[in-house]
Amino acid sequence: MNAAVVVFPGSNCDADTLHVLSNVAGMHARYAWHADTALDDVDLVVLPGGFSHGDYLRTGAMAARAPVMTAVRDHAARGRPVLGICNGFQILLEAGLLPGAMLLNDSTQFRCEWTHLRVESTQTPCTSAAGNGQVLRLPIAHAEGNFVIDPDGLAQLHDQDRVVFRYVSPDGKRSAVANPNGAIDDIAGICNAGRNVVGMMPHPERASEAALGGEDGRAIWDSLLAAAGA
Amino acid sequence: MTLTPTHEPPSDEVLREVALTRDEYHFAADLLDRPPNPVELGIIGGMWSEHCGYKHSRPLLGRLPSEGPHVLIGPGEENAGAVDIGHGLAIVMKVESHNHPSAVEPFQGAATGVGGILRDIFTMGARPIALLDSLRFGPLDDRRGRYLANGIVGGIGWYGNCMGVPTVGGEVQVSASYRGNPLVNAMCVGLIQHEQLTSAAASGAGNELILVGADTGRDGIHGATFASVDDPEASHRGVVQVGNPFMEKLLLEACLEVLQTTDAILGLQDLGATGLTSSSVESAGRGGTGVVLNLEHVARRAAGMTPYEVMLSESQERMLVVAARGRAHEVQRVFDKWGLHSDVIGEVTETGLLDVRDNGQSAATLPITMLTDAPTYTYPVERPAYLDEVGPLDLDALPEPDDPTSAFLQLLASPNIASRRPIYRQYDHMVGANTVIAPGGDAALLRIKGTPMAVALSTDGNGRTTYLDPFVGGAAAIAESARNVSCTGARPLAFTNCLNFGSPEQSAAYYQLSRAIDGMAAAARTLETPVISGNVSLYNESGGEAIWPTPVVGMLGVLDEAEWRCGMGFANDGDEIAVLGAGRPRLDGSEFLSIAHDLVAGQPEIDLVDEIAVQRLVRELIAGRLLSSAHDCSDGGLAVALAESAFAGGLGVQASDLPTSGRLDESLFGESQSRIVVSYPPLAAAAVAAAAATLSVPITPIGLVGGARLRIGPIDVPLARAEQAWSQGLELALAGHAPPG
Repeated sequence: MNAAVVVFPGSNCDADTLHVLSNVAGMHARYAWHADTALDDVDLVVLPGGFSHGDYLRTGAMAARAPVMTAVRDHAARGRPVLGICNGFQILLEAGLLPGAMLLNDSTQFRCEWTHLRVESTQTPCTSAAGNGQVLRLPIAHAEGNFVIDPDGLAQLHDQDRVVFRYVSPDGKRSAVANPNGAIDDIAGICNAGRNVVGMMPHPERASEAALGGEDGRAIWDSLLAAAGA
Repeated sequence: MTLTPTHEPPSDEVLREVALTRDEYHFAADLLDRPPNPVELGIIGGMWSEHCGYKHSRPLLGRLPSEGPHVLIGPGEENAGAVDIGHGLAIVMKVESHNHPSAVEPFQGAATGVGGILRDIFTMGARPIALLDSLRFGPLDDRRGRYLANGIVGGIGWYGNCMGVPTVGGEVQVSASYRGNPLVNAMCVGLIQHEQLTSAAASGAGNELILVGADTGRDGIHGATFASVDDPEASHRGVVQVGNPFMEKLLLEACLEVLQTTDAILGLQDLGATGLTSSSVESAGRGGTGVVLNLEHVARRAAGMTPYEVMLSESQERMLVVAARGRAHEVQRVFDKWGLHSDVIGEVTETGLLDVRDNGQSAATLPITMLTDAPTYTYPVERPAYLDEVGPLDLDALPEPDDPTSAFLQLLASPNIASRRPIYRQYDHMVGANTVIAPGGDAALLRIKGTPMAVALSTDGNGRTTYLDPFVGGAAAIAESARNVSCTGARPLAFTNCLNFGSPEQSAAYYQLSRAIDGMAAAARTLETPVISGNVSLYNESGGEAIWPTPVVGMLGVLDEAEWRCGMGFANDGDEIAVLGAGRPRLDGSEFLSIAHDLVAGQPEIDLVDEIAVQRLVRELIAGRLLSSAHDCSDGGLAVALAESAFAGGLGVQASDLPTSGRLDESLFGESQSRIVVSYPPLAAAAVAAAAATLSVPITPIGLVGGARLRIGPIDVPLARAEQAWSQGLELALAGHAPPG
């Protein structure tokens, strides 16, 4: 499987993501530069975490208008998988590839800690090999992960089974304490109507090796590999 | 600018502005054989400030051992020191203070402190892999104390998080002594292959000087001299700079890309205190050369800036690059790719002079060596009288606690002992995908990808101990940071340090500085950990009161096999718990004495022979895979150390029959150096005891791991209740709420 990790000025999880895609998931991964215009050679595009353009204006707002995003749109339009992690999710929102927006965490602070996610839909390339309702332990690291969407948009996400991950307690139950940022409906990740574009706030690339405290993130890479093989 | 354009001897006011004494002014004029002009006076004042010239501390710093088989670059040689860690790799590290700016504008003061130390590391060609922050705050029951503390933590997180460098450790202490003068010491650690180490020397006449990054503005003028006078709150808001971590991230990536893709860069130097002045002077000093600067090529943020302002601006996120003659364009091409503005602003010469020109007119001409060799001062080392007042501790006058459990809960909730999670969860401590032991452990542990190794990092320094006995405090800072590293299984290798003291012109502070350095030197020799870099912050006082003398040590250790690592959390029901080490717990200078009796008194002790033995033992036990946990027994004494291991592992303690001798509060809450709480399966007990006997380290059985309660001598409390007090103590204090009852 060929993958590209897009580097925007200010991306800072690009190297970690490339490392995991290459050395843990066994993909052929390369970087793509924000000014690039072609992504024809890859099966998977990952928009990594970080502070693209310093989070100036709004998180993800300037990156969403980078030349490479035209190629990302084409890639998505062909039904190929796109995964946005953290700032990558924020960029997908700003680019209009996913619905909704991010607010400052309800704590008003940056939060870096482990969270538990429940897989709410296995009908995406990022969750195809996971179990429905499976609980994954993945870390977050963001100041703006408080997902919001208008009532119609939320109803659409529900009706179309497009909520991919929710924050839950370790035993898989929803609770206010388990939600680290105030996101509406405890939403941690969603997909587009075509189901091939997925955005998530937690960082699977930080939980793919036992030495770093957990391997639940592998469920995402295993799913992508399985979906590509199918 | 208030300097007059004449060369008349300057007024007292002008000399105060450039932080020079009249004697120093005359000394400079004698060296030049003419009076310095106003621009030159500003340059001399900056370079001869304590911040740049170390004029009060340099004679003392030479006492620290700086040589060892692993040292690649020692203190003062470059922007940071470097240590060989094997596999052809080196660790580059340094700690630096940003105390004075943080006292005035905590968020930006702390943020730009992080920005500055990051630049010191990547100017060496190294990729920063970790940040640590040693912080000291005034009382948090005071509105301004909370404003400073929350602002400082917010600024550190803002800068480091955006840079994508994990903040993996540090420490926080709260005391009235830091009320008007908080301490912000930021440490950065970088990783590099030996052959890629880059110098900050400007060598080779004709090579080109490129200034890259932010435009130069009027911000931060006199930052260095400001850090070298007392009472920062008085008048200095305009000298605090505003950071732009995004610009710095671009600088980092661009500089490393140029270094990796061309050999056109001969030297890299960041612009820190005194900006263009010290960066050009220090680069030329290292190269034994001179430099010509053409200030009209310096991109400005404001119109009408004078040469004086351009030379002394401390605008952040700027770097000076020495490029091979005729190859500046190769370097600038990469800067362009990253959207960074750069200009060729001068060149290296053989004159030995700092030759500053503005549109062809000479603005300053000064010998480099005059600027790099600031005059030094030494004072008599006289034992201050306060030591005789605080030394004696009459225990008979202190009642023992009626209710040990409630005293224990109160101690756990103290801002000096409670969980640091409210702070470190605001820092991205995982980015980089190397963090094996995250904040909260004895030392942070980072794996080194591509090798089986890991590096352990810890910062330590106890102002209260150093106040009570500067020699013991200095030695303990080295010993404890090394002990924390050893508790992960790693071998301490070398350290960096930041010395935070009051005015050296006051005899008590000078005594503290001198004796603390002696203590550090003694411990560093015994533990065979040389110093490789450091920073000195003097004049830490406000309202005429000096802070507690606070040496901060950042220790590096190497663990050959990351898989051997040991954590601090209890791991298995039924494991035996024991204390390793000969240290005798005493209430002298303890957190308990301060919390329960509002008393800072006593005579702290350290025995370096015991120290080296207990550290060697714990490393051997970890390498032998005998231990389930290891944890330094530090602030709060044995009861707190047991609780911390219990919280980390989620398992209780059964130690009702705790061996006690003398006072109960001494056994439970007394502190000493050289003690480590360990746990191990019963099957390993004989091997642990044998290893301890071989190294002649006393081992004291304490009890067993297990259950859902903490039973420690007379203390008996549900684990969850104790953990609640501990986990909420600092969080509530930072939010301005009273500690839980």
